[in-house]
Amino acid sequence: MLKIKDIHASIDGKEILKGLNLDIQPGEVHAIMGPNGGGKSTLASVLAGRENYEVTAGTIDFDGKDMLDLSPEERAREGLFLAFQYPVEIPGVSTTNFIKTAVNEKRKHLGQPPLDAVAFLKTMKEKTALVEIDKSLLSRSLNEGFSGGEKKRNEIFQMAMLEPKLAILDETDSGLDIDALRIVANGVNQLRNEHNSIIVITHYQRLLDYLQPDFVHVLVEGKIVKSGTKELALELEEKGYDFIKESLNATAAV
Amino acid sequence: METVITSYLDKKFDELQKKDNDNKFAALRAKEFGRFQKAGIPGYKNEEWKYTFINNLFKKEYKLDTIDADRAALQKELTAMKLPGSENANELVFVDGHYAPELSSLLLDNGQLNISSLSAAANNEYKTLVEENLNQSSKYITDGLLALNSSFIEEGIFILVKKNQVIDKPIYIYHLNNAVENNLLAQPRSLIIVEESAKVQIVEHYHTIGQMDSLANEVMEIVVKENAIVEYYKIQQDSPNASQVGTTHIRQVGKSFVHTVTISLNGGIIRNNINIIMEEAGNEAHMYGLYLIKENTHVDNHTLVDNTKPNCFSNEFYKGIIDGHATGVFSGKIYVRPDAQKTNAYQSNKNILLSDTATVNTKPQLEIYADDVKCSHGCTVGQLDPEALFYLRTRGIGLQDAQAMLLQAFSSDILEQIKIEPLRKYVDTIVTGRLLPQEPAMAL
Repeated sequence: MLKIKDIHASIDGKEILKGLNLDIQPGEVHAIMGPNGGGKSTLASVLAGRENYEVTAGTIDFDGKDMLDLSPEERAREGLFLAFQYPVEIPGVSTTNFIKTAVNEKRKHLGQPPLDAVAFLKTMKEKTALVEIDKSLLSRSLNEGFSGGEKKRNEIFQMAMLEPKLAILDETDSGLDIDALRIVANGVNQLRNEHNSIIVITHYQRLLDYLQPDFVHVLVEGKIVKSGTKELALELEEKGYDFIKESLNATAAV
Repeated sequence: METVITSYLDKKFDELQKKDNDNKFAALRAKEFGRFQKAGIPGYKNEEWKYTFINNLFKKEYKLDTIDADRAALQKELTAMKLPGSENANELVFVDGHYAPELSSLLLDNGQLNISSLSAAANNEYKTLVEENLNQSSKYITDGLLALNSSFIEEGIFILVKKNQVIDKPIYIYHLNNAVENNLLAQPRSLIIVEESAKVQIVEHYHTIGQMDSLANEVMEIVVKENAIVEYYKIQQDSPNASQVGTTHIRQVGKSFVHTVTISLNGGIIRNNINIIMEEAGNEAHMYGLYLIKENTHVDNHTLVDNTKPNCFSNEFYKGIIDGHATGVFSGKIYVRPDAQKTNAYQSNKNILLSDTATVNTKPQLEIYADDVKCSHGCTVGQLDPEALFYLRTRGIGLQDAQAMLLQAFSSDILEQIKIEPLRKYVDTIVTGRLLPQEPAMAL
C-alpha cells in the first residue's frame, strides 16, 4: 500500500525528517507517536503534499505510484485522505456542496459517473449516522463556527464519504472530550476493512485503546527509532519518551 | 502631450440655451456651465480624484445629441440588454443620456407612482418639488463633471413614489448608448422623490453599442422621506470602451432606510460616487459593492456618508477581485458633524489580487466632530488563503476549481445583498461563469 524509503524533508531549509522508513500493508493500522518536534505532523504534511515542505531525498510509493510526483488533489483522488489537526474554516463554501464536489472529482478520476442527487443524499444520510454528525452542520459554511469536536467529526465524515485507501489521522483526538473521542473512534473503526489502511498520529493512548493498532512506531528527531505492537504504546504511556531516548543514547555511546 | 479638449462644449451649450429661451432649466444650466468652465476636468492633483485619472477621457471630442437612430434597431438592442425580471418591472430607457419615453413602459398607475420627463415635472404641479430638490448634489460635489452634467440638463427622468405606496414592481433604468459612428458623451439625469412610508427598488444597467468611445456622466438624486425604504442596484458590465462617472446622491430627509449594491464587472474607467446624506436623526444606510475586474478596467467606488443628525447608522462593505492590469479603488469618507452624537458608521473593504499587475488603492477617511460615536474602518489586500486552498485540494478538488470555489465564497456575501431574486441569480451566474476555470489556464 505505502512504502516510505529513506525520506528526508525540510521546511525553510531546516531538515525535519532525516531518513524515515515505513511500510504499510492493506488493512493495517499504524500508530505514530513521539515527542513534539519529532516530525509527526511533517510526515502527515509530506504525505498529503503540502507545498512548503521540500523532500530532499527518498521515495514514497503509494499503491505502485510515485507519490512525490502527484499533486495534493491527485493523491486524494488516488485514495489518500488527511484528517487535519486543525481543519480550516472556509466561510461562504457550503459543506454539502464541497463534499459533493470532492466525491464527484474522485468518481471522475475513477471513470465513474457523478452521483445523482438522490444517491448522494442517501450516502450522506448513511455516513452522517456513522459519525453522529448533526445534519444542520452540513448546510452551514465549511467548518465555520464549528466547535473543535464538530470539526473533527466533520473530518471523519469526509473520510467516510471519500472512502480512502489510506487515511492519515493527524492528532484527531486532540481537543476532544471523552464522548466525542468515542464517537470519532467508532466512526473510524466502522470504516476499517481488509483493503484500507490507517496511520494514526497521536500523543495519547486513549484513542489507541479504541482503535487497537497493529503497529506502533516512535518518531524521534526525524526517524522511526522504535517499532512494536500496541503494547509499546502502553509502555510509552507509562514511562514517557525518556526511556527510548535513554536507550538510544546508550546505543550511541556503545 | 495632448491637452484636455472642452472648447467644443461652449458651442454645444450655446445651442442648447438658444433652443428654448424660457426653459425652466436655462438659469441653472448657465450657472452650472460657469462652474464647469471654472473647475474644469479634475486632474490627479484633486484629492478626490487622486487614484482615478479622468483627463485622458477628455482628450477627444464627443457627440452629445442623440442620433435619430433606426427605432427597430434600438428596440432590438434594448431587448438584448434587458435584465431578468424585466417583465415584472417598470422599465425606463435613456438613449444616449436622453430619456426616451417611447421606449419605456410602466406597469403601475399614477396613483402609486408618477414618472415623467424632468422638464415636464418642472412645469406641472411638481414644479416646486423639482425646484427644491434638483441639483442639491452640487453642494457636495464641486468638481467640473457634476457641473457639466447640470449644464446640459434637458430631458431627464422625474420619479415620484407616492406616500404609503409599496412598489412591488422594481424600476429598471436602462442606459443604451450609441457609439457606432461617433464618440458619445451621454449625460443622464434623474430626480427621484420617495415620499413618506413608500418603498421602491431601483436598478440601473448600461449598454454601449459600437466600437467608438463613450462616457456616461450621470447624476441621479434621490430624496428619501420619513419611514421610506429605498433599494438601489447598479449593474455595470459594459464594453471596455465605455467609461462612466456616476453620482448617486441620496438624501435621507426623514428617518428612513437605504440599501445600495454596486456590481462592477466590465467597462473602461468607472467612477461610482455614492453620497448618503443623513439629514434626519435615526437614519440607516447599507452600501455594498463587488468589483470583479480584469484587463484594463478601472473601478473607483467613492462613497460619502455625511452624518448631520444623531443616531444614524451606516455600514459599507465593498469587495474586489482584481486580475490582469485592472485597478480597483475604494475611497470612503465619513463625516460626523458636531450634532451627530451616537453615530454608528462602519466601513470595510476587502480585495484579492489575482495577478502581479493588478492594483488596488483603498482609502478610508473619517472626519469626526462629535465625541460619542462608534466608527470603524478596515481594509485588506491579499491573495487567496493558501491553507484553505490546500485543504480543498487534499479532498481531490483541483487547484483551479479550489480557487474558483474560494473566490465565489468571497463574493457571495455581497451578491446575497441583491434582494431582487431574478437579478441576484443573473449576477450570480455571470460571476460564477467568470470564476470557473477555463481551458487552458484560469482566466477571469
